[in-house]
Amino acid sequence: MSEEMLKRTNLYEWHVAHGGRMVPFAGWEMPVQYPTGPTEEHHTTRNAAGLFDIDHMAQFSVSGADAEAYLNHVSTWDTTLMQINDAHYALLCYDDGTIVDDIYLYRLPNRWFVALNASNREKDLKWMQSHTDGFDVTVTDVSDETYMMALQGPKAIEILQKVTDVSMASVPRFTVAEGDVAGIPTLISRTGYTGEDGVELFFDATRAVEMWETLLKVGEPLGLKPVGLAARDSLRFEPSFPLYGHEISADVTPIEARLGWALKLNKPFIGRDAILKVKLEGPKKLLVGFEMVDKGVPREHYPVAVNGEIVGEVVTGIFAPTVGKFAGHAYVPAKYAKVGTKIQIEIRGKLKEAVIIRRPFYRPAYK
Amino acid sequence: MKVDQNVKYMESHEWARKDGDLIVVGISDHAQDSLSDIVYVELPAVGDTVAKGKVFGVVESVKAASDLYAPMSGEVVAVNEALEDTPEVINSDPFGEGWMIKIAPSNPAEWDELLSPDAYAAANA
Repeated sequence: MSEEMLKRTNLYEWHVAHGGRMVPFAGWEMPVQYPTGPTEEHHTTRNAAGLFDIDHMAQFSVSGADAEAYLNHVSTWDTTLMQINDAHYALLCYDDGTIVDDIYLYRLPNRWFVALNASNREKDLKWMQSHTDGFDVTVTDVSDETYMMALQGPKAIEILQKVTDVSMASVPRFTVAEGDVAGIPTLISRTGYTGEDGVELFFDATRAVEMWETLLKVGEPLGLKPVGLAARDSLRFEPSFPLYGHEISADVTPIEARLGWALKLNKPFIGRDAILKVKLEGPKKLLVGFEMVDKGVPREHYPVAVNGEIVGEVVTGIFAPTVGKFAGHAYVPAKYAKVGTKIQIEIRGKLKEAVIIRRPFYRPAYK
Repeated sequence: MKVDQNVKYMESHEWARKDGDLIVVGISDHAQDSLSDIVYVELPAVGDTVAKGKVFGVVESVKAASDLYAPMSGEVVAVNEALEDTPEVINSDPFGEGWMIKIAPSNPAEWDELLSPDAYAAANA
C-alpha cells in the first residue's frame, strides 16, 4: 500500500454520512457501495436510475489549431469524422500497438475534451504531452477543477429533464450539449458505462454537493439511488465494456481485446502498423466471455484450463445480477476462443467446468 | 449490529447454537455485513466430518471469498440446501434462515471454549 494519502472527492463527507463504504481505488477513497448493497444498486440502475460519483476520473482539455490532427495522430478513432458535439470511444496505443488507455473524445465548439481513467491520469498526460511535437496543440489536465458524475438508467433522462432546459430529445446517444443543470453550467454527455440510457455530467467541481443532492431529491420519487463502484463494475461487465487493468492493458493490442470497432485502420495513428500486423497474422490470444457450468465464483487472475491444461487467465469474474449467472472474461489462446468451447476455471485449487459464450451478456438498452 | 443472545461465537464470526443434541452453525450479523452481498456458499455434505477451528466451507460475496471455520468438531447431519439457490438469506437473516450446517458434536466440552455473546460483542464494539 502506498504511503501517500488517498485523495477524496468533494462528496466524500456525503458518502460517509450516508453509509457509503469507502475503499481505496486508483489513489482515491471511493464508495464501493451504500447500505443498499451492490446487487440492489445494480438492479436499481437497470430498472430505474443510479447516480454515480466518478470524480476520480481524469479530464484533459485539448486546444490549438492542430487539436483535431493531433488527436487523430494519437488515438485510434478518426477525429475528422466527428462533428461538433459528437462523442466517441477511442484507444491510445503505444508504438507496439498495446494499449495506453481507453478514452472518450468530445469535439466541443471551441476545443476538444477527453475523459480518461483515474488509474492512468499521470501516465496519460505524460504520454500525450510527449507526442505534441509538430502540432500546434496544448494538452491541459483539468481534472481537479472538473467534477464528473453519471446518471444512468431508464429513468435517467426523465430525471435530468426536470432540472435542465436543454431538450434531451435533441441530444442523441454519443453527443453532448452544454447548458445549465440544477442551475449549474454543465457539459451533458449522453454516454455511459452501464449499458443503460443516461448521461455523464461535467461541471465546476465546487458545486458537486449541490448537483448531487438536487439530482437525488428530484430523482427519488422515480427510484433514483446513489450507486457505488462494485455495482459500477457489474453494470459495465454485463454489456462487455472493458476496464483498464483487466480486459485492456499494456499487454494486449485492441485486436486481442476484441476492440476492432474502436479502430480506424485506414488512417495513420501511433501503433497502427503494429496492430495491422497482429490483425493480418492473427492474434495469439483472444478475450472471451464465459459462464460457469459448475457453480462457483470466477475471479480475476484465476487460471483457465482446456482439457485440464492451464492455458489462460480470468480478467474479470463476478456473479452477474441481471443475467443471473456466474460469468467472466478471460484471455485464452486464439484456437480455443470459439463460442461453445468447454473450459475449466481453477477456483481455490479445484477445476470447475465453464463454457465460452457469446458477448455481450447483456445488450445495451439504448441501441 | 445484532448480537444474538442465544448462540456462542468464534472470533472468526461463526456462531453455534444448541438444538437438542445437535449444534447449528452459521455466521454472525457482523460477518454478513462486512462481506456484503453473498452470492455463493460451499458447504460440506451430510456425513462429512468437521474439526473445531478447521475450514468446513467457503462463503463468497461480491467482493471476496471467505473461509468458514467449524466452532466444534463432529459429523455433519444436516446442510441448509436453500442456500444453494438463495445464499442472500445469510445477509437478511444470519441467525435464522441463514443457518448453514448442523453437526452431531464429538466433543461437547468444546462448547465451553466458545465466546459468550457479551465477549463477542465486546471484541467487535
